[in-house]
Amino acid sequence: MKMVGRAWKFGDDISTDHITPGRYYHLRSNMPELAKHVMEDADPDFMKKFRPGDFIVAGKNFGMGSSREHAPLALKIAGVSAVIAKSFARIFYRNAINVGLPVLIADTDSIDSGDELEVDLGKGLVVNRTKGIEIRVKPIPEVMLKILHEGGLVSYVKKHGDIKI
Amino acid sequence: MGKTIAEKILSEKSKSDAYAGDIVVAEIDQIALQDGTAPLAIRQLMELGTEVRAADRTHFFVDHAAPSPRRELSNDQKFIYEFAKKVGADFNPPGEGIIHQIMVERYVKPGDLAVGADSHTCTYGGIGAFSTGMGSTDVAVAIALGKNWFRVPESFRVQLDGSLPKGVFAKDVILKLIGDLGVDGATYKALEFHGECAENMTVEERLTIANMAVECGAKAGIFESDENTRKFLAELGREGDFREVKADEDAEYEKEIYMDVSSLVPVVSKPHNVDNVAEISEVEGTEVNQVYIGTCTNGRLSDLEVAARILKGRKVKEGVRLIVVPASRRVYLQALDKGLIRVFVEAGGMVLNPGCGPCVGIHQGILADGEVCISTQNRNFKGRMGNPNAEIFLASPATAAASAVKGYIADPREFL
Repeated sequence: MKMVGRAWKFGDDISTDHITPGRYYHLRSNMPELAKHVMEDADPDFMKKFRPGDFIVAGKNFGMGSSREHAPLALKIAGVSAVIAKSFARIFYRNAINVGLPVLIADTDSIDSGDELEVDLGKGLVVNRTKGIEIRVKPIPEVMLKILHEGGLVSYVKKHGDIKI
Repeated sequence: MGKTIAEKILSEKSKSDAYAGDIVVAEIDQIALQDGTAPLAIRQLMELGTEVRAADRTHFFVDHAAPSPRRELSNDQKFIYEFAKKVGADFNPPGEGIIHQIMVERYVKPGDLAVGADSHTCTYGGIGAFSTGMGSTDVAVAIALGKNWFRVPESFRVQLDGSLPKGVFAKDVILKLIGDLGVDGATYKALEFHGECAENMTVEERLTIANMAVECGAKAGIFESDENTRKFLAELGREGDFREVKADEDAEYEKEIYMDVSSLVPVVSKPHNVDNVAEISEVEGTEVNQVYIGTCTNGRLSDLEVAARILKGRKVKEGVRLIVVPASRRVYLQALDKGLIRVFVEAGGMVLNPGCGPCVGIHQGILADGEVCISTQNRNFKGRMGNPNAEIFLASPATAAASAVKGYIADPREFL
């Protein structure tokens, strides 16, 4: 599966409070509304610049903090194709796979905001079309790849009726 | 080959001989959810459409927005209540207290495997359980099947030597450790605490430390269970729940960390990351507008006791708002019996009902633009207390109470 979009670059340690601020807590049962505010505390103008299909690119430890699955879910609903970061916080990474948001671990230093990226999930490759650079993606663990291929954990369990590793 | 506590518990619960790096499917003993994550978990559970096998091990809490400040949240809470009643799960309404405090007071046992739809579920490692935070969907699957998949984490052995000097508390120890490790220094690992200081700690102190394991990325923070654990459970009328949980002598650790706590001084985490740790002398004098004493990190009786010791007979500095929130109804009643609540109120503070209080930025003390809060909570991320244009410092209850008296970040040692 190939995806093409622009990169929006963030730094290290983006927390789930940056992604879905606690002051929008009351919108958690209204995900389309919550999704209008994603990344607001990291970049207040993010949703004005962002177009569905674009990528979020970050440094290390993306998604640190709370277990709120609303963070990856809101990114997915907003139309983020994938998040590419040097590393992810543990709970966010698992949540993202569970809701079917691709999360890719790669060296993101050469990517800047506005770069056009082509991501091939099958090949595990990010092509920076703007800069003509190819970046290898660290493979997603096999158990999580199975879940991602089934469209998330709910679809996986619905299909198999159980968790089988 | 010997095993770490994480390897032992995950082996037992998966009925396999598991070591770090293995993927196991394990039976879960206790499941916890709060009002921010439960509605999504319930919707995922409904979407799954399977029978609910673990309702008798499932506990719902309304603590984040308690009582509800908005209609949307009132509806969410009603939805949780109705679902819990329908499936026969435990439901804890607003006022009962914080999810993690009540899970430890009533349900979780040493040696248990517990999961919760809240990142601070790692708190239960303070009594020798393996507990970790997960998202709503993973917890929904746990409720449906009574199990889930886990990767057995590598462990860091953290040796805490020495004894705590005056004015230095468990909170200072964990903040210092996170400052040293960094906010992702233990990502995916289990922190296992040993050493003279860990052995001498009360369970309340251990809970404070285990609670913050996630703040350096860890999956769990675990202490061995011992006589202190037995006493703690006995005081709750749960001595029968005690079980000894120890690591094997020859267990393998990815890393060993040594800290001599005797040389520590009070510390704070500066905005906006938990690892931005500074000694008290570096920040002393920073004016504060709000002081918050409470949360799943530091809202227990011993926390309120040390704060009251400092505040007794003194007044909160004019212009400073002091908010005190006991972690549970039990803690609240104990604090009432001991006269601590009177001390806080006489000093000019506000005492709110048990719950998360202002920590999550939903209600009960949202900061104004440019304001500074010193809090005993576990996170100081930008926007955490409802306003991205405010600043949060993290500290022990003693440092927070001393700061409330002075009106600026203050060294608690002169009050103790």
